[in-house]
Amino acid sequence: MAKIDLIVRRARLDGRDVDIFVSRGKIEAVRKSVKTLDPGDAKVEEAFGLTVLPSLTDVHVHLREPGFEYKEDIESGLRAAAWGGFSNIMCMANTKPVNDCAPVTELMLEKARRYWPKGPRLFPIGALTKGLKGKELAPMAELARAGCAAFSNDGVPIESSKIFRNAVEYASDWDRVVIDHCEDPYLDVAAGVNEGEVSSRLGLPAQPDVAEAMQVSRDILLSEYLDIPIHLAHISCKKSVDLIRFAKARGVKITAETTPHYLTMTEDFLEAEETEYDTNAKVNPPLRTEADRQAVIEALNDGTLDCLATDHAPHAVYEKEVEFDVAPCGITGLDTALSVTWELVREGVLTRETFIRAWTTAPCAIFNLPVNTFVPGDPADFFLFDEDQEWIVTPEALHSKGKNTPLMGTVRKGRVKTHFIAGKKIV
Amino acid sequence: MKWLHKDLLDVSQLSRSEVMAIFETAGRFQELQERPVKKVPTLKGRSVILFFAEPSTRTKTSFDVAGKRLSADTFSLAKSSSSLTKGESLKDTALTLQAMAPDAIVIRHWCSGAARFLADRLECSVINAGDGRHAHPTQALLDAFTLHQEWGDLAGKTVLILGDIAHSRVARSNVILLNKLGARVRICGPRTLLPPAVRTWNAKIFSNLDEAVKGVDAVMCLRLQLERQKQGLLPDLREYARTFGLARRHVDLANQDVRILHPGPLNRGVEISSELADCADSLILDQVSSGVVVRMALLFLYMTRKGEE
Repeated sequence: MAKIDLIVRRARLDGRDVDIFVSRGKIEAVRKSVKTLDPGDAKVEEAFGLTVLPSLTDVHVHLREPGFEYKEDIESGLRAAAWGGFSNIMCMANTKPVNDCAPVTELMLEKARRYWPKGPRLFPIGALTKGLKGKELAPMAELARAGCAAFSNDGVPIESSKIFRNAVEYASDWDRVVIDHCEDPYLDVAAGVNEGEVSSRLGLPAQPDVAEAMQVSRDILLSEYLDIPIHLAHISCKKSVDLIRFAKARGVKITAETTPHYLTMTEDFLEAEETEYDTNAKVNPPLRTEADRQAVIEALNDGTLDCLATDHAPHAVYEKEVEFDVAPCGITGLDTALSVTWELVREGVLTRETFIRAWTTAPCAIFNLPVNTFVPGDPADFFLFDEDQEWIVTPEALHSKGKNTPLMGTVRKGRVKTHFIAGKKIV
Repeated sequence: MKWLHKDLLDVSQLSRSEVMAIFETAGRFQELQERPVKKVPTLKGRSVILFFAEPSTRTKTSFDVAGKRLSADTFSLAKSSSSLTKGESLKDTALTLQAMAPDAIVIRHWCSGAARFLADRLECSVINAGDGRHAHPTQALLDAFTLHQEWGDLAGKTVLILGDIAHSRVARSNVILLNKLGARVRICGPRTLLPPAVRTWNAKIFSNLDEAVKGVDAVMCLRLQLERQKQGLLPDLREYARTFGLARRHVDLANQDVRILHPGPLNRGVEISSELADCADSLILDQVSSGVVVRMALLFLYMTRKGEE
């Protein structure tokens, strides 16, 4: 056996008590826990009573730096990720300036190295078009060389199918997957509320589920025609899920994510007595119906939806404390995602296998990121987790600068105690 | 009657008996309006801020007259003169208003939910004078009061709401209130101007006005905002007027003595023919006078709430 640097003792891994041996940042062995053990020169981390989980990967966050540091910056965003159980973070390009050239990508990576040298690892997503304007292709070769792991026009759907097609083809030359935020550019963009009974009663401009599903079908057909993978961001409704399932059944190289909020919340929140017109639940795509929520859960469990992502979208408190129409869309998610989704595993809504796949193996396979499956040679990315620790979502409890979550004030279960990335303790 | 509500955000908050109490109070104030001296000292020393973040003449004037007839001091804050145009947030405006310690604030705002936003942050009563497309409870109450004065009881009557329902807070509040009072509600308008889930509402939906008016006891016309055409919701005003404008021939298809209402301001020759607006069956001016007494009743009930506890 190679020289062991770290031994994690008596951690609970999928129902077994194990000792985890780490050498040079990689998993060396995972063995049934023994009573006594001579650690030699290795550091020992006692994990008795704690669950160990492989670190999660979030392929869809907004870290706001450069340009909107008052909402979030790379330091605070990665801190939320570290405490949220994430070792790999992919951040979107809608910064100011937009991440459409190497200097912006390099700045992001430099900040990440400076503040969090041991991780979480940052993988910027480059803009698909210059300035996210949807007119000219971004210099994707340059961006890929600078470290961009994927390309997306997130939040600003490309109107021209021709430009989108060109972008998907060009990105494939650099082995990068395009992530598409599916939203018809004309059907009430970014309303933040689902069109239906609730929006009709509340009198809010709203976005119908077909606005998402129409773009999903366009992307499926393009992916199939071009024979190039496309990844669909934050899928929220049954219509999209049905289209994706049908596409996958015939072998289309489409992949898709959903977020914790579409698994746990519906439009009804906006009409509830206490939370009527709560701008913290204004999000794009919007919270849908209970039937949609059930369809999304089923699709995540059966693999139609490959992965989970937070769509972490921090905003300043004062930006959300305004009239509903005026408020920006988005929910902060890095701090709460683990608790919320692990609660679903405990409740039997998601299987443990789904949880692990959706937060680790699937996203890492799609975007070619390091992943720990506790097999020797895997990066030693894992965290120790107190499943039973209750905590209240308060502004102080969130590491992110973004406090904009409809979960504010609720009690959650499960807290990260210690997080190792490549065998190094980061928190 | 002990008044329990701090705020009036929509008619859905009110029970049928509370609506009746409002009507009864309004009825008493109406008698007052027939006297030479119309003013009473009921709310002397109390203050009402009229906060209108969206232009309005008739609703604001109506509240102003209502407050003054009760001897309350009324203060206007209109968007053109307010710091809202200087980029102040609604929260800051709310806190500023709060610091002036009014007894009630009447709010008109272009965003749905704005009245609730203010009510959550203020200790005084908040009366919603129209928030976005959401609710216009005082308009619905004055409409129902007008019909109540005519008929004595709305139960069993059929009322048609005609026009741009999708963008109308008047329609939303009226559908709720008319149902609460036992009336049967019909809705007619082009599909592009109906709320997406209108079929889940407690109303019968029509796209053909000739069908919709058959056997109705009252028609409530809604104002068509002329920009709807530019938004691609309508071909043009001529087609709208000829298809969904209320005209004499529709009155002939309705029940005898059909009443015609319109919250104003009118687009003569668009949603209603000029002739009908002026005809004997039209209650449009009765609505205006009902508006004053219903708002007097509301100011009275909400502003004397604490004294009754």
